[in-house]
Amino acid sequence: MLQYVLKRLFSTIPVLIGISLVVFFLLRALPGDPAEVIAGEMATQEEVEAIRSQLGLDKPIFVQYAIFITKLAVLNLGKSARTGESVIVEIRSRLPNTILLALVSTAIACLWGIPAGIVSAVRHYTIADYVVMVVALFGISMPVFWLGLMLIVLFSVKLHVLPAGGIGTLRHLILPAVTLATFSTAFIARMTRSSMMEVMGQDYITTARSKGLAEKVINLKHALRNAFIPIITVIGLQFGTLLGGAVLTETVFAWPGIGRLIVDSILARDYPMVQGVILVFALLYIMVNLIVDILYAYIDPRIHYD
Amino acid sequence: MALLGAGVIAIFVLVSAVGAWISPYDPIKQDLRFNLETPSIKHLLGTDELGRDIFSRILTGTRISIAIAIASVGVGLLIGVPLGLISGFWGGKVDFILQRITDTMLAFPGFLLALALVSIIGVGFKNAVLSIGLSSVPIYIRLVRGCVLSIREQAYVEAARALGTPNLVILYRHIITNAMVPIIVQSTLGMGTAILHAAGLGFLGLGVQPPTPEWGAMLGTGRAYIFVAPHVATFPGLAIFFAVLGFNLFGDGLRDALDPRFKL
Repeated sequence: MLQYVLKRLFSTIPVLIGISLVVFFLLRALPGDPAEVIAGEMATQEEVEAIRSQLGLDKPIFVQYAIFITKLAVLNLGKSARTGESVIVEIRSRLPNTILLALVSTAIACLWGIPAGIVSAVRHYTIADYVVMVVALFGISMPVFWLGLMLIVLFSVKLHVLPAGGIGTLRHLILPAVTLATFSTAFIARMTRSSMMEVMGQDYITTARSKGLAEKVINLKHALRNAFIPIITVIGLQFGTLLGGAVLTETVFAWPGIGRLIVDSILARDYPMVQGVILVFALLYIMVNLIVDILYAYIDPRIHYD
Repeated sequence: MALLGAGVIAIFVLVSAVGAWISPYDPIKQDLRFNLETPSIKHLLGTDELGRDIFSRILTGTRISIAIAIASVGVGLLIGVPLGLISGFWGGKVDFILQRITDTMLAFPGFLLALALVSIIGVGFKNAVLSIGLSSVPIYIRLVRGCVLSIREQAYVEAARALGTPNLVILYRHIITNAMVPIIVQSTLGMGTAILHAAGLGFLGLGVQPPTPEWGAMLGTGRAYIFVAPHVATFPGLAIFFAVLGFNLFGDGLRDALDPRFKL
């Protein structure tokens, strides 16, 4: 078990190096002088020069990368070109909001998506199945920001029952979380159904049925347990789409997370901030999928020492 | 299902071809006397904040969204398919390096990767195509590589190899032909995703720029009037929804019809 976890941890190293390279080259790929870009449009000549020597922009590229990595190791992501505040401080103050939104949405998506998919698979080709599948198809086809706006029109403008944006109470969380969860719910329902259906065609299900086990036992004990691995994989991968959706959802609901931060930063050409948020998003996604992979080993004894 | 999807797609393609001519009004002509009007006989879907006819703008905008979808899927295929073939067929060090690059790109999932790319290369139609296309590349690399790995172990490939068929001929005649179905299914579904991502960029003001009528951007400006004139944001969203639904229906249907292994 420990061996597996360690092996999985090591396998993230190339990706982490890749991410650091992407974020490093993000600024260097921009047209123009990186020092001027980092300093922002309002900077004086002295400030630009200070940044230039600080980043070692006159040194060879691999020395620049070494400087970048050493700073990254102590979480020094530089200063925002817009506010002059430390990038990491700004991200740290907003990150919990995004994580809260993402976790609640994932929970909603699992609580609705998995049961819906199970019902659909167990009662395949019945009315219930068709209803679930049509709703799920609508769910994956809907632009998340449009859904958010329509929910605001319905619940805030017309019915006056929920706030249209902002943060603070549980009531502020409902609309953004439901909006963000919709795509994932639909996606998880579809994957649960197809992976259940696949398992239900296996020989051991026929065996279980022929020895006279109750359908309920077969569905829950035999089918669902074996269908769970692909479902969990999807939940992990889904988290990436969810983070992308968070950028849009946070914009619609004025939710002060890092999704909105990256949009504001791109619009303001605040590249150090863009760099930082992109890095955090990638790390979040890697971490969630690492956790998912380790979870497997607990659920499925076959994966243990592979 | 596939037929219904094909029908929806056909309508959108038709509108994108003739939309500019059948629009009742000039999509970018402003008339501030009649701004934010609700739907009526005169303006079927009402007018926006600058008095422009929303129905005309949606019709004209169809071409933009469909064009972005086709072009960006093209970019994804053009780069992703060859790299996937190389990675899967030749294996070894090239495969290892390509897969680590793919892993890295997949660490910035979908929309975030497109967003990161736009932050570097800037806004506009061409850059939207490029960033959405490039962000889909790792998906095609993975898909094609997986197909190649399973196909190259098949008896008919072994037989061809035993007969001394050159690698390139095997690749073309046996492997690409057999990998075609999943690639077509993925590209169809990819069109839907591309429309969603393009609209997302437009909504954030990072896609096609005004005054070009782009669905996402129309929604983005409509958002400011959501309390006084919700119709401005409603209709472009419906257009996006139906277009994406069409491609998803068609993709699902194709998958069920062509590839029983991936039945959903």
